[in-house]
Amino acid sequence: MKTLKKLFLAIAAWSMMSVSAIATDVIVVSHGQANDPFWSVAKNGVDSACKDMGISCKYTAPGTFDMVEMAKLIDNAVSQKPKGIVITLPDAAALGKSVKAAIAVGIPVISMNSGSDDYASLGISAHVGQTEFEAGVGGGQKMKAAGGKKALCVNHEVGNVALDRRCAGFKKGFGGSVDILGTSNDPTEIQKAVAAKLGGGYDTILTLGAGLSGEAALKALEAAGKVGSVKLGTFDMSPNMLKAAAAGKVEFLIDQQQYLQGYLPIAIFAQYMRWGTMPAGVVMTGPGFVTPDNASKVIKWAAQGYR
Amino acid sequence: MSEKSKSIDSKKDFNKDERLKKVSKLKVLLNRPELGALGGSILVFIFFGIVAGDTGMFSAYGALNFLDVSANLGIIAIAAAMLMIGGEFDLSIGSMIGFAGICIAIPAIYWGWPLWMSIVFAFAMAVLVGYFNGILVVKTGLPSFIVTLAMLFILRGATLAITRLITGRTQVPGLRVLIENDPFAWMFATDTFKWLFTWLGSMNLIALRTDGTPLATGIPPSVIWFIGLTIFATWILMKTRYGNWIFASGGDKVGATNVGVPVGKVKISLFIGTACAATLFACIQVLDAGSADTMRGTLKELEAIAAAVVGGCLLTGGYGSAIGAAFGALIFGTVSMGIFYTDVDTDWFKVFLGAMMLIAVVFNNYIRKKVTESK
Repeated sequence: MKTLKKLFLAIAAWSMMSVSAIATDVIVVSHGQANDPFWSVAKNGVDSACKDMGISCKYTAPGTFDMVEMAKLIDNAVSQKPKGIVITLPDAAALGKSVKAAIAVGIPVISMNSGSDDYASLGISAHVGQTEFEAGVGGGQKMKAAGGKKALCVNHEVGNVALDRRCAGFKKGFGGSVDILGTSNDPTEIQKAVAAKLGGGYDTILTLGAGLSGEAALKALEAAGKVGSVKLGTFDMSPNMLKAAAAGKVEFLIDQQQYLQGYLPIAIFAQYMRWGTMPAGVVMTGPGFVTPDNASKVIKWAAQGYR
Repeated sequence: MSEKSKSIDSKKDFNKDERLKKVSKLKVLLNRPELGALGGSILVFIFFGIVAGDTGMFSAYGALNFLDVSANLGIIAIAAAMLMIGGEFDLSIGSMIGFAGICIAIPAIYWGWPLWMSIVFAFAMAVLVGYFNGILVVKTGLPSFIVTLAMLFILRGATLAITRLITGRTQVPGLRVLIENDPFAWMFATDTFKWLFTWLGSMNLIALRTDGTPLATGIPPSVIWFIGLTIFATWILMKTRYGNWIFASGGDKVGATNVGVPVGKVKISLFIGTACAATLFACIQVLDAGSADTMRGTLKELEAIAAAVVGGCLLTGGYGSAIGAAFGALIFGTVSMGIFYTDVDTDWFKVFLGAMMLIAVVFNNYIRKKVTESK
């Protein structure tokens, strides 16, 4: 019992000393969980920008895709009175109240990644990202041109309206039949779910996140020996999917350049704090297409966590 | 054996029977299961008072924020604690939250039901789910862990399938406008004590919006429900025959049955209780957020059980308290929000949360041991 007591006191003392409060210039509240490779790149964007601009930042995200918890995190940010708040906006209805509270106390808000359709109605100053539906349409048209007839759209963040829009846009651009496969964000589970669907006569698969569902879908195709016969395209990028694209196993990667989505809002706020400048409307960071032709160039930076 | 019975027979020793011993009020208080959690809560507040005292965490808006999170969790933690005292688990609480949210949102938005009817419908479904969980556990004798784990998957899956079938998407927005004219929805959606906050604002004691109204508008409904439920559950556990039955059912099922406690009925009612608490959680959340989606409540069942255990409930049943679970929820809510006021890189969030929980439980356990040793 005594050692336990000492250990306990030691831990308590250590945590007291090592944790301290700081005033923060910009707080980022994102819905992206840290186990998603995509968000790790966006966070790198935030970190580099804060270093480059010489301001202090904090990046926060809820533990699961939980909009109510995220709203609480925004409330938290508001009560810390930063000079600016950056958020993602996957559910304007659930987050609206908190966003409006921030703006009501005079803290400017910039949205990034998700929310291009809703940001203006909440009074958010600017949005940095790509418009989801149009990016989906572009992907659909590319797949149609490649001769696809029956497609599967793999949604690994069920509940995120932005992903729903990607699938909807893809359906419009594709023209043929599109089924939606909802999965969790566990890569093994996604792989098994796609493998189970492969018997359904699909010739085209679109995944909505490269590092997670894209790689999982590719593994499923490789295991079934259907690489090439079933065309795979994905939103976003990851080192492995880029290599696969360079090897011709993937039709295209839709690049929204999430590094910029992390970087630009911080840079914008830094200038806003200096000179009061603020861009108007949507700052587009995508869509750009990475195809087998240009994949090898992008690979180097992706491996470093910047693309 | 014979010696023992002799000693009880002799009048002199009769007064030494521990059951008849007079115990001081202080000692009774120290022996309560919630004592450790109370100590843990104080510890957590001291911790954040030191490391985050000047960051706005304890401003009106910041405090209401972590109280809201704690209260929401507390609502399900109290029901989970009562069920645990009754000797069972419910792992389907989190999925039930998602399911109940959809049960409210879809009839209200897509079928044009009045909001109050959707809420009644959701509670009716909760009673059904809880009854089903309970009857399965009682009739089959299977561990509730397994039965409700199955229900966790069934409900989460049904939530997704039904929502996509009816709406074609995974999220149902648009509830906020319906709250205004509904006769009952205010119970789950209205901030109270607004006058107090307006007054505090006018005295410049709390932060204001640029239009002069206070940033914190009132006590959120979850906090009121949470306090009410804590009192109600404590009254049931401490003052009613039904409360005694709960302790007996969890402590010794066979013994309880032999003395005539309707163990089966008690357990079924407790399962209905957790499902209804999950639905209350969903009501407050869905009406506050204005939308329902299929992922709501994910992992909340584990948070509720964690809060109950931090609050002094034993995993084996028969011991625990509602107040303890309430403090457990307060610890959990405060820690999970408090970390964002410190300079800890949020990549470490879960480590921090787990470590704080562990400290709270070890501390709790230590106090309880100290107190029971000193008898």
